[in-house]
Amino acid sequence: MIELTINNIKVKAEDGMTILEAAKSVGISIPTLCHMKDLVPSGACRICSVEVEGYRNLIPSCAYPVSGGMVVDTNSPRVRRARKTIVELLVENHPQDCLICVRNKNCELQDLSERYGIREHRFAGESKAHAVDISSASLERDPAKCILCGRCVRACHEVQKVCAIDFTNRGFKSTVTTPFNIGLNASDCILCGQCILVCPTAALREKSSLKTVSTALLSKEKYTIVQVAPAVRATLGEEYHLPLGTDVTGKLVAGLRRLGFKKVFDTNFAADLTIWEEATELINRIQTDKPLPMFTSCCPGWVKYIEHNYPDMLKHVSTCKSPHEMEGAVAKTYYAKKLGISPKDIFVVSIMPCTVKKFESTRPELSEESHPDVDAVLTTRELVRFFNIAGVDFADLGDDQFDNPLGESTGAAAIFGASGGVMEAALRMAYFKLTGNHLENVELEQVRGLEGLKEASFYINGKEINIAVVNGIGNVGPVLDDLRAGKSKYHFIEVMACPGGCVNGGGQPIHQKTEKVMKRMKVLYDIDKKMSNRRSYENESIKTLYKEYFKEPGSHISHEILHTHYHPRGK
Amino acid sequence: MHKEILESYPKNDKSTLIPLLQDIQSVYGYLPQEAINDIAMHTGLSRSRVYGVATFYNQFRLTPLGENIIRVCRGTACHVKNSANLLYSLENTLKIKAGDTTRDKKFTLETVACIGACSIAPVITVNDDYYGRITTKDIPNIIKKYQGKPKTEKQTKETVGA
Repeated sequence: MIELTINNIKVKAEDGMTILEAAKSVGISIPTLCHMKDLVPSGACRICSVEVEGYRNLIPSCAYPVSGGMVVDTNSPRVRRARKTIVELLVENHPQDCLICVRNKNCELQDLSERYGIREHRFAGESKAHAVDISSASLERDPAKCILCGRCVRACHEVQKVCAIDFTNRGFKSTVTTPFNIGLNASDCILCGQCILVCPTAALREKSSLKTVSTALLSKEKYTIVQVAPAVRATLGEEYHLPLGTDVTGKLVAGLRRLGFKKVFDTNFAADLTIWEEATELINRIQTDKPLPMFTSCCPGWVKYIEHNYPDMLKHVSTCKSPHEMEGAVAKTYYAKKLGISPKDIFVVSIMPCTVKKFESTRPELSEESHPDVDAVLTTRELVRFFNIAGVDFADLGDDQFDNPLGESTGAAAIFGASGGVMEAALRMAYFKLTGNHLENVELEQVRGLEGLKEASFYINGKEINIAVVNGIGNVGPVLDDLRAGKSKYHFIEVMACPGGCVNGGGQPIHQKTEKVMKRMKVLYDIDKKMSNRRSYENESIKTLYKEYFKEPGSHISHEILHTHYHPRGK
Repeated sequence: MHKEILESYPKNDKSTLIPLLQDIQSVYGYLPQEAINDIAMHTGLSRSRVYGVATFYNQFRLTPLGENIIRVCRGTACHVKNSANLLYSLENTLKIKAGDTTRDKKFTLETVACIGACSIAPVITVNDDYYGRITTKDIPNIIKKYQGKPKTEKQTKETVGA
């Protein structure tokens, strides 16, 4: 323990703590921009500068460790002047279009400008002019709004290890961009959107599909169907100031109905369906000596990553479409037939916690007779904007139920949104299929939580099954390298590109704290716990679906509609 | 061509990046996209990082040089003698910005901090020729001189490398 003084307050701090952390522990707030929790400090932005007695220069508190007897002033006139100047310089080189900006009222630069009372332009000068990169289906990059804090670069390099963007050029000309400044669509970016979650301004944002969706809703020819991913119900409440970890499923359904969708379905239904197909594929692979381990294919970011970086390993990826694509495919085949509507008149919208899903829905192979399985994808953030435009007062909505038959689901489907969930759900089903017995203890604690790589072994029918859960695409490299070297001992591996799984997806409400992720996961695990049916094979609607249409998992017709294939993509 | 240079460096050693970039640029006169990709593979760095370093330092070029290199001195003495005007005039005549190469690959325009010929300010150089005490009126004639001129010996050597 070390004792120091911050703003005349005696503070006890642990050895190795930074001044920023010590100040925070006694309720002193220091602004930060480039600082990222859990990563090595970079000290680039200087906004967290404080004055320390005996030091000539101001000290960046995010990067400086405390020492005994230190006397710190975080609020001296000199500190305030320095911070104000930094903010003024950033603001002057920033397009001041806050009123029409997507991050209006949710922007760290705006907050700082407010906090330090910037009321005039002191440094009018040349400002950056850059083209907006709208090339990708998922993300937009607006370098003019970039304040070069470097958080996206660090999320991309140090957390996700995709390394799609980096600082280029120098001084006034510096920008964060792709190699050779090409569009994101042509780069090896996996579009996971973790950069959006850390961006303090609107320099990185999702590409909005709101216009397409509202046009479809107004069209008389279109039969609009909406589906909601499991992770959205665990986070949407945050945008309406409901307590962290509130389950808003009922309100969400009611809100979507108010927007005018003809049917409100649940992606959880297709998650159960995915488990039927994927567990069958896994068992088939184990029994017939086909390539093992098998990787899950629910996460389109992960699929894009392996297509770019390890194309020789693509045979290990399950051929199952991701759940929302399956839901769309079922809606445009089985359900269309049932309704007597042509698939071209059905418009499927997915509400997703994810930015890559937008790209995924444009993949040509994910379509039925040239109609895309999913016509448009909205992120959680876009849905909030849609509710606002439509005058839906979310907090006051009553609870409503999903429509059937594509709305029934089991507890196993709900946990898809948390890292380890797909694995857990698949094992519940695989155990039953292999042994004929129900797995009694369905909660597999080994695959829950926030570690980067979670491993477990099970004995099913006397055979050892080794599984792994990769939490965050940054942890997948070693697993794939082992596999390439022929050293992999696993049978089944789940990969989710975003750390924590879909609850922390790139389309979720913007935050920077990991504690939120655990609370969001808990919502999904609680939904699972409350369900009477917790195993995908107990879903009655799916049993009917197979009886009436697909015959059995892995049948010819299910391969045509519920499975897909992958392409190697260049680096 | 650059493959041999890569092989002379140890694999997966991030610290070799800058010498590698320098050596490969000395072969081609610039850093072709393909070379940057290969350097990334060899050093184990990401392409974005290699590209970032290559664009950070002024010594690296990502576009091929033109046949003739025009350098405008922007040092203090030349600045006082209005070398900014010479630069604008060159930019307008060649229809490129400083740092760029004309479409026909005849000219590359660069600025330099000081050429060391302050006594004849303002100065521009074309390849190894010096032009001092000039005004914007002299620019078209100077350019005309090099328009049809074959490559000088030094550049020939560099372009053969590519």
